[in-house]
Amino acid sequence: MSPPPDAAVPDAAHVVRVSGVTKVFRLGKMEVQALQGIDLRIARGEYLSIMGPSGSGKSTLFNMIGGLDKPTTGKVFIDEVDIAQLDAYELAWLRCRKIGYIFQTFNIIPVMTALENVTLPMIFAGMNADAAVQKGLRLLEQVGLGDRHSHKPSELSGGQQQRVAIARALANDPAIILADEPTGNLDLTTGEEIIQLLKRLSAERRVTVISATHDFKMLNVSDRVVWIRDGRIDRIEDREQLSITIGRIGTRS
Amino acid sequence: MATQAWSALSGNRRRIGRQVVLPFGKSVEIAYRSLRVRFLRSLITTLSLVLAVSFFSYNAVGNDIADGLLASGRPEFRQRLIRAGYEIQADAPRIERGAKQRWVLILSLLVCTVGILNAQLMAVTERFREIGTMKCLGALDRFVLRLFLLEAAMMGLVGSVSGAAIGALLALAAGFLRFGVAAVTFLPLAAAALSLISAAGIGLALSLLGVLYPAWVAARMQPVEAMRVET
Repeated sequence: MSPPPDAAVPDAAHVVRVSGVTKVFRLGKMEVQALQGIDLRIARGEYLSIMGPSGSGKSTLFNMIGGLDKPTTGKVFIDEVDIAQLDAYELAWLRCRKIGYIFQTFNIIPVMTALENVTLPMIFAGMNADAAVQKGLRLLEQVGLGDRHSHKPSELSGGQQQRVAIARALANDPAIILADEPTGNLDLTTGEEIIQLLKRLSAERRVTVISATHDFKMLNVSDRVVWIRDGRIDRIEDREQLSITIGRIGTRS
Repeated sequence: MATQAWSALSGNRRRIGRQVVLPFGKSVEIAYRSLRVRFLRSLITTLSLVLAVSFFSYNAVGNDIADGLLASGRPEFRQRLIRAGYEIQADAPRIERGAKQRWVLILSLLVCTVGILNAQLMAVTERFREIGTMKCLGALDRFVLRLFLLEAAMMGLVGSVSGAAIGALLALAAGFLRFGVAAVTFLPLAAAALSLISAAGIGLALSLLGVLYPAWVAARMQPVEAMRVET
């Protein structure tokens, strides 16, 4: 359905490059090696899923790519900029404009309406308030919540909150969307809808989507799946391989 | 295209600080909303301030009333003031501000500050995910700091002004019951106004003092906290 990302993009740069990343956590006197040397390149516009059991280092790798954590050794490049070199301002700038975050627990800011949640990143980015409102309404329209923009999170269902979160993640036209178990707190049908929405928007806007997930429904839309096991990349499967082995994957859960 | 903008920005680090902004008006709006949404909690935090400030103001205005009565020069007021428990040196134009009274006041203000600190620390813990989310959306440490300081300033303003007013009214009522209309008519207005202003000022200062550490904790929070799932 979608061509190999490298061929599709003329300026074939990798939007994310992870090179030799290790991460050691200290728990008291114990040292836990969460990641033991990860190399990964993610192409622009790719829909990538990171799969793995809990405790595999999946979340650690994911946070690393999102600039939320720094590697012990090795480097993470976003648009060829080493994020370990960034200061607090630049990291905030990166989070504001380059990356859109989607959380398992939706994390809609409870004191704000749907529209205000979507416009907040635009205000941080210095956009003028009227323009932000216009764009926010358009984004909410695109996620199918055009008529609910003045609702508070408590008046929205889980699926609707996640839609707001998707609109918010897209607010500053980021290069990357990081989705941490986006369907983890949703029922099957709603989860499926959210996955389809993410897929559609990423294709329309050519945004790279990177998601950490347990959800096998995610595999159907992924261009590539990275399997993490014990802090290492177990294997990487393309879409074609996936459709062949999908039966086997299904039984692995 | 995006890559170029990004490397241009990384080449020009100075400019980036100004590229992530939260206008002051918007901060005030968000802070106000946060208070309104958590009305009960904000009310309780404010209430401890109201109590301490009204106690302070009650004492200060009470002293002003006594000063006024003493300054009226009528001997019967002097007698009644002494009977009411005020310490008055012979020929002194003002009543004595006892060390004990001062200590009780300082203690009550201290207890109030610790109470605010406690309530604000709890508020920060409660809002960890919200703060983490804001940081993921690009908020700088100082935005978070500013939001908490603004909330504290609003609570401080409301709490200390109403506390000062309540304390003064109670002092006037008590004075009226004890000494009749004279308590009000001889009241030195300038001194009473000063008492009110200092009570309100101290209340506002304590409210800000109590939020400093919690706000710092909130501002330093790592955005990865937003990812944490504990439900």
